[in-house]
Amino acid sequence: MKRNTTAYKSKQFLMFAGPALILFCMVIIVPFIYGLFLTFTSWDGVSADKPFVGFANYVSAFKDAYFWSAVARTILYSAFAVVLVNVVAFLLAYMVTSGVKGQNFFRAGFFIPNLIGGIVLGYVWKFVFNRAFVAIGDKLTGGSTPSLLSTTGGAMFCLILVSVWQYAGYMMLIYVAGFMSVSDTLKEAAMIDGCTASQAMRNVTIPLMRTSFTTCIFLSITRCFVVYDVNLSLTRGEPFFSSVMAAMHVYNKAFTYKDYGTGQAEALILFIICAIIGILQVYFSKKGEVEA
Amino acid sequence: MTKNEKAAIARKRKHAIMIALLIIVFILFIIPFLLVIINVFKDQADITANPLALIGAHGFTTKNFPEAMKKMDFFNVFKNSLIITTCSTILTIIVSAMASFVIVRNGKWKACAILFALMIASMVIPFQVLMVPLVSVYGGLFGILNSRITLILMHVGFSVSMATFMFHGAIHSNIPLELEEAALIDGCNRWQTFWKIVFPLLKPTIATVAIIDAMAFWNDYLLPSLVLTDKAIYTIPIATQAFYGTYSTDIGLVMAALLLAMLPILILYLFLQKYIVAGVTAGAVKG
Repeated sequence: MKRNTTAYKSKQFLMFAGPALILFCMVIIVPFIYGLFLTFTSWDGVSADKPFVGFANYVSAFKDAYFWSAVARTILYSAFAVVLVNVVAFLLAYMVTSGVKGQNFFRAGFFIPNLIGGIVLGYVWKFVFNRAFVAIGDKLTGGSTPSLLSTTGGAMFCLILVSVWQYAGYMMLIYVAGFMSVSDTLKEAAMIDGCTASQAMRNVTIPLMRTSFTTCIFLSITRCFVVYDVNLSLTRGEPFFSSVMAAMHVYNKAFTYKDYGTGQAEALILFIICAIIGILQVYFSKKGEVEA
Repeated sequence: MTKNEKAAIARKRKHAIMIALLIIVFILFIIPFLLVIINVFKDQADITANPLALIGAHGFTTKNFPEAMKKMDFFNVFKNSLIITTCSTILTIIVSAMASFVIVRNGKWKACAILFALMIASMVIPFQVLMVPLVSVYGGLFGILNSRITLILMHVGFSVSMATFMFHGAIHSNIPLELEEAALIDGCNRWQTFWKIVFPLLKPTIATVAIIDAMAFWNDYLLPSLVLTDKAIYTIPIATQAFYGTYSTDIGLVMAALLLAMLPILILYLFLQKYIVAGVTAGAVKG
């Protein structure tokens, strides 16, 4: 059998990669290109004809004040959530790698929120905020306290709190892997050279864990930026649309208000913003990475 | 007291503080779950009166469970989730392992290089960009939404890039070419070589991919909510959302529904936590 003919190569390729190629194209490539086309039409979601409207959807996307306030809100939310997730995750990872008894139990325990979908988690926390915290507030003040979820700033705070709680365990696992990858001999060498434990942490361990930071920050940014499930179940964008994140706005624009063209254009803008932030972050973090 | 003894005492004290801190943080972490568990055994009036009490004034009750199960059609949605998750995971593994095999061993072929580059690039596309066209093409044009098979194939399509990337790394660094050459000499063709030699050696990566994808499929909400419209084929997250929409005022029922939605994966975690933690770590660090 000849191994460098086009017929042999394409047969081999299709035999092994054919199913993957078809599904990948049908689910990602075709919709992506078709989505680009949709941004130039004003489609109502029902009719067969999709009138061509040029850049009108992008113009209305740029003029859509609700969209930009949702994007600004998402950036604010992501900034808080990403920093807090990583700080909490790093501290947890530090504690569960310090050699205390039962550290595997704690690692497994902190990971639990990641096992459960955002919808269910959101409703669990909705109960905690609306009932349990209110009951505690009532007892402390003696009067009736409003739920945090019913105040405009409070809803954002709740969303950030739940996200930190949800993702910290997952990021912790990555930081744990980072801690374990730094060999003890390097830390010991630093201590013998006169470093204190905290200096060894700052000057030896953390620089060698830069890859973990890069990974965790990238994952938390990309996840926070398109947050939807928890947003839907915990706040539904309420009160008064004050907690509508960008992904929810895009969903509502397209599927609730049936403005598919503008919704798709806004989704694309969201993707570009997200990609730029992601690329910049990875670029700057990679620059600072060192090897042992 | 010698210096060593002092250091030992200081270390012990540090450990004690660390354990105390960990226990406090851990309790804070699981309080939401504990609250659900204590309230699921109360009736609605007792939850409203005092959600913090361990046992309600009207005593212990389990009546929330059967009612929530019936209203949520729990066994049916559980079965749907199980079918969809299992089929999607198995298909993803088979399809991506095969693709990564031909890509790694023939990286110079143009088709392989292009496909792999496209897959890597596609990993940054958020679902929000694809959801409108997906619904428009498969709902409007072909009308094949609202079927389990469509959802399974879409799940596979979305996860195939990441899985191929992981299998690519595993084959590239862990499967020696000599093994395949030996198989060739013994008379295996490429298809047999893959299934008899390569695939069995990929077990650790298969486990990692299975864990990551199965968890993602089981918990996915947005894609199934767009694909599945018929109540009979709802998955657990969709059914939970629908349930909350209808019965949100009956908080006792909601507690039972939430606990039911969490229970299957928590029980699984009890037995497989070592593998799940290892799999998730491997996936995140390599991915």
